[in-house]
Amino acid sequence: MTTNNEVLLRVEDLTMHFPIFRGVFQRQVGAVRAVDGITFDIMRGETLGLVGESGCGKSTTGRAILQLYRPTAGNVEFDGVDLVNLKGEDLRKTRRKMQMIFQDPYASLNPRMTVADIVGEPLMVHNVATRAEIQERVNHLLELVNLSPSFAGRYPHEFSGGQRQRIGFARALALQPSFIICDEPISALDVSIQAQVVNLLEDLQEQFNLTYLFIAHDLSMVRHISNRVAVMYLGVLVELADRDTLYKSPYHPYTQALLSAVPIPDPIADANRKRVILEGDVPSPANPPSGCRFRTRCPIADKICSESRPEFREVQPGHFVACHMVK
Amino acid sequence: MQNLLLDVKGLETQFKTPDGVVHAVNGVSFGLKESETVGVVGESGCGKSVTMLSVLGLIPSPPGKVVAGQAFFFGQDLLKMSNEEIRHVRGAQIGMVFQDPMTSLNPVLTIGRQLEEPLMLHIGMTRNQARERAAELLGMVGIPNAKDRLNDYPHQYSGGMSQRVMIAMALSCSPQILIADEPTTALDVTIQAQIVDLVKRLRDELGMAVIWITHDLGVVAGFAERVMVMYGGYIIEESPVNLLYGNPQHPYTIGLLGSLPRVDERKHEKLYSIEGAPPILYQKPKACPFAPRCKWAMDRCWKENPMLEVVEPEHRVACWVDTKTGRSRA
Repeated sequence: MTTNNEVLLRVEDLTMHFPIFRGVFQRQVGAVRAVDGITFDIMRGETLGLVGESGCGKSTTGRAILQLYRPTAGNVEFDGVDLVNLKGEDLRKTRRKMQMIFQDPYASLNPRMTVADIVGEPLMVHNVATRAEIQERVNHLLELVNLSPSFAGRYPHEFSGGQRQRIGFARALALQPSFIICDEPISALDVSIQAQVVNLLEDLQEQFNLTYLFIAHDLSMVRHISNRVAVMYLGVLVELADRDTLYKSPYHPYTQALLSAVPIPDPIADANRKRVILEGDVPSPANPPSGCRFRTRCPIADKICSESRPEFREVQPGHFVACHMVK
Repeated sequence: MQNLLLDVKGLETQFKTPDGVVHAVNGVSFGLKESETVGVVGESGCGKSVTMLSVLGLIPSPPGKVVAGQAFFFGQDLLKMSNEEIRHVRGAQIGMVFQDPMTSLNPVLTIGRQLEEPLMLHIGMTRNQARERAAELLGMVGIPNAKDRLNDYPHQYSGGMSQRVMIAMALSCSPQILIADEPTTALDVTIQAQIVDLVKRLRDELGMAVIWITHDLGVVAGFAERVMVMYGGYIIEESPVNLLYGNPQHPYTIGLLGSLPRVDERKHEKLYSIEGAPPILYQKPKACPFAPRCKWAMDRCWKENPMLEVVEPEHRVACWVDTKTGRSRA
């Protein structure tokens, strides 16, 4: 993997609130604060892993970056272009460079379109190739993801989950993007298929110098594929560091608990480690706790944690943490 | 033969589908000792859930049918029981927890009503006794303010709490066996850790046997005493937990363990991947069902299906090849 220090994507104070309407007049009575002010960079050629439990806002972050949701506040800068204020044709053109791979390979492919149509559609929509060229490109793309071009005339239902996910990759690669958001691309797949798909993602990254935002809840897989990892809890980032640092010496109590909750497929290693088991559930993002969002489940919470929101600060070079208790 | 609590022999289950008969379970035999914890591991469609559902008489028929086998529980064959008889075993002596807690609870009845039902039905408690016991059970699975929360409806509970309710319900009549079918798959990791911890604690307190069905080799590693790996409707490897993870013998088990990234990974290596996809069995396999994906496969693997054989004490493997040497097991 060739990572350098050139920033490809800069996310600054990104906020995404979804309004809640009630009553006869449908007045706004509140908001689901799905993403509440997060800041991070992604370097060209790297994979940033974004982990968190369901409902923490990691998918919303991905969609808000691509402007599939228009953010409530904050900035998103991609390759020097400010996406938030981009509209119409300009936005459409920029989107070529950013693609997304979705979680559910059964829901993200149109069952009435053939594989050739699905993979060729981006080329058609963006008018970058003639009909004859499209056919050739589709065949090439299918080969890239290890599918036989002879499958081009088939429909999605004829494929297994892993194969469908490959079709999704081919579609995402059609416009030769530089940045791909992978939103839980393997969590719907069987264990033996997950490894195939992850290896393919790594090969493609090397071949085309792709940059990934890899969204997942599986911490072991994120460790495997990422260069740096960001941990999210209830709409905010709680920790961000390069992979080895985060997994070896996490600072934030949530990261520590999350890591210790992951089962290790080895009875001896599993028996020999310290476990932190969190009490209770994640609170509702419509009514998050005051101060630090994690304080209701935090084993080391203090008075200050309910009073002010901890700043997301750099405690060591490249290691960011949002916690009052970390010195 | 040791005293087995549950003794399953030669179980075969099939499903009629528009595309043909699917042979989901093709001759599964296993025993469960008293207060033992067994993990059943495999990918979707390998027959792990169908095996347990067959034993409990929960296969919808049609389209499903248990075509062969016996399952002895206290000297009686569960597969020969009438619906009425097996209903009393289920719930009272064998408890079950399913994958999706949200769909396993009735949304229009209060949690209390649903907990009281098995108590009144199986043990013959009165409503008041059942009410009291229900509150106790909720407290036992770690739900705060248990008494008040009996009046709540399922939608007022989170996923983790609903799964606790399911566990309380399964344990309400003090069963000898708890069968848990992917009980943590729908839950987040921190909640999964809570549930695993809870079941461990209750198992030790109540001394029941547990069968834990999962696709996650990690979950059972720290929890089960014995593990059975299933593929294509067969048990292909079975051993005490330490041997299975320390000395896996079947190519499929080796592949599965190798394809898992670990949260304590030391250096970055390519993941080992098993090529191809698990089979859908429209015929009972005549050869080894794993042969098409196996890098060790020899002539014999394409012709005959291997049976489970002992390779070291308590460790049984169904494979023609000795994966240590790459040669045939003589």
